[in-house]
Amino acid sequence: MLETVFGLYNYWIVIILMMAGFYTVIARGNLAKKVIGLNIFQTSMFLMYITMGAVEGGTAPIVATSAEGGATLYTNPLPSVLILTAIVVGVATTALGLALAVRIREAYGTLEEDEIRLLEDRQDTLKTDGGQTVSP
Amino acid sequence: MEQVIDIVLLAFMVVTAIAMIRLRNLFAVVMLSGIFSLLSAAMFVVLDAVDVAFTEAAVGAGISTVLMLSTLALTFREERPATRADWPALLVVTVTGAALIYGTLDMPHFGDPDAPIHQHVAPRYIVDSPHEVGPPNMVTSVLASYRGYDTLGETTVIFTAGIGVMVLLAGVNRRRRADRERGNRP
Repeated sequence: MLETVFGLYNYWIVIILMMAGFYTVIARGNLAKKVIGLNIFQTSMFLMYITMGAVEGGTAPIVATSAEGGATLYTNPLPSVLILTAIVVGVATTALGLALAVRIREAYGTLEEDEIRLLEDRQDTLKTDGGQTVSP
Repeated sequence: MEQVIDIVLLAFMVVTAIAMIRLRNLFAVVMLSGIFSLLSAAMFVVLDAVDVAFTEAAVGAGISTVLMLSTLALTFREERPATRADWPALLVVTVTGAALIYGTLDMPHFGDPDAPIHQHVAPRYIVDSPHEVGPPNMVTSVLASYRGYDTLGETTVIFTAGIGVMVLLAGVNRRRRADRERGNRP
């Protein structure tokens, strides 16, 4: 029982963090906060991959030249490579998301989702009313 | 000892994440997200992924924080209090989380050298890459040689995102200045 808890502890924390990020994305109306939630989610994914690559008693996957005989146990280099790529791509998507937020703030004067929707609805009704009744 | 560091760091990360959800001052949230990235970088060192650790410290804790701070400078520093009930979101999150935790019960335990992930291509990289490619750091060999196309794709993504950001933000400063002169927005 205790062995299972310690063996899976990392994965459970990863899932808690993942759900924290997910919650931020779906429950918070502020667009900047949503991007931050997405970041939490991402970091939890990184942790999951790196946890899977770790080996008990292993060292970083760099060839040790002064090894005094015997095989060295290395951690798996593949998850590290995948996550290196993912970190950089993650920053690129964050930058794009934040730029969208800045642009939305400029167009609507707010970053709150429900206020934006309200403004959109008002614009739509204005447009249809203007087309049907008002003739300036 | 390593196990203790692992448990404490991960617990810190959970506390930081929950604080980030609860705080409404976005400046504080951004600072906490920097701390969160730094904690995860420390976690990567504990898990022997040093290359990932310094990329996360430089890119996650550094560049992301700068990007978010500049966004705050162009937008707002406060989040408005929530207007709708958050229990549906909590329900969805709890159910999803419970399903995922049920899924982990079949995962190989942490640090298990017999896990399937260590059986397929990793031994080849570890044994052959030092003399097949050259650099003593296997992560470098895999990144630049065996999986070089990934890196090419990554560069494409960054290029596209850079163009997107430039298109979106073109003229924001000019329009802001014009607005200020007209006195529309202070």
